[in-house]
Amino acid sequence: MTTLTRLYRFPASHRLHSSALSEAENSRVYGKCNNPFGHGHDYILQLLVAGPVEPETGLIVPIPALDSFVERYVLRRLAFRNLNLDVPQFANVVPTTENLVLVIADLIERHWPASFTERGASPCGLKIDETDRNRFEVLLPVTARRLASNRLNERVPVHV
Amino acid sequence: MLMFLTRKAEFSASHFCRLPSLSDAENVDLFGEEANPNGHGHNYIVEITVQGEPDPLTGMVVDLKEMKEILEREIVVPMDHRFLNFEVPPFQELVPTTANVAREIWRRLQPFFSTPDTTLSRVRLYETADLYVEVSGIDTSGEDAA
Repeated sequence: MTTLTRLYRFPASHRLHSSALSEAENSRVYGKCNNPFGHGHDYILQLLVAGPVEPETGLIVPIPALDSFVERYVLRRLAFRNLNLDVPQFANVVPTTENLVLVIADLIERHWPASFTERGASPCGLKIDETDRNRFEVLLPVTARRLASNRLNERVPVHV
Repeated sequence: MLMFLTRKAEFSASHFCRLPSLSDAENVDLFGEEANPNGHGHNYIVEITVQGEPDPLTGMVVDLKEMKEILEREIVVPMDHRFLNFEVPPFQELVPTTANVAREIWRRLQPFFSTPDTTLSRVRLYETADLYVEVSGIDTSGEDAA
């Protein structure tokens, strides 16, 4: 078994606030992350890809193709964005890093088949460092259902 | 109790990734900047994980001095400050992608850690801080083990 891991960085801001909780509860649950104006992180995303090493090229997946894929479907949508306000997936979902991992997993899984049709490689894991003390990981594939189960019904207020 | 022990080694080497059967443009498409025919270098970092039961007497999974010597002799000496494509077999014939270098390190080390008490569990090779390949099993025919 051989896997390749590629690391990407992107800055983004967010505010953790659940409309299902009172102000006091939000403050207690999310602490400083509940600051009404939001705050930002330099997220570090690691994408793991598993597959056969192609005998001729020695590659699991060409890095230039992987980089363009992640740039097009992930980074372009998240980098330098306010996750709560600029990213539709978070309109009704609290942008915890747990949910961010699931949103990115969904983007990758949705667009992967059409982008890498001819290859046996598939994404097998995703890790996000929110800070150098917080890391969140999922094994792929995860299903869209898991994200749906985190959905709330109202837009999260963010002061900008 | 089964334990996993990881030791790190580093080597600096140059390489390029190109297939003679492809055009310049095709090589760049496939390998990106790695395709520059004059080569370029990396400070490779390799993490070797060995699994086993700690010896009841010594409390050690594997003798670390011996492990250090094996990594030095089998990997660092042959690869450090070398041009992989020209000086390190089998990369005259095989493209030295991160995956192929990681698999070659696995092949070289595997016999030394296949003992009644230990097994080579994982080889993780960082080409840069942003890219690594992890190998956790290759059978003798070179195909990935299940």
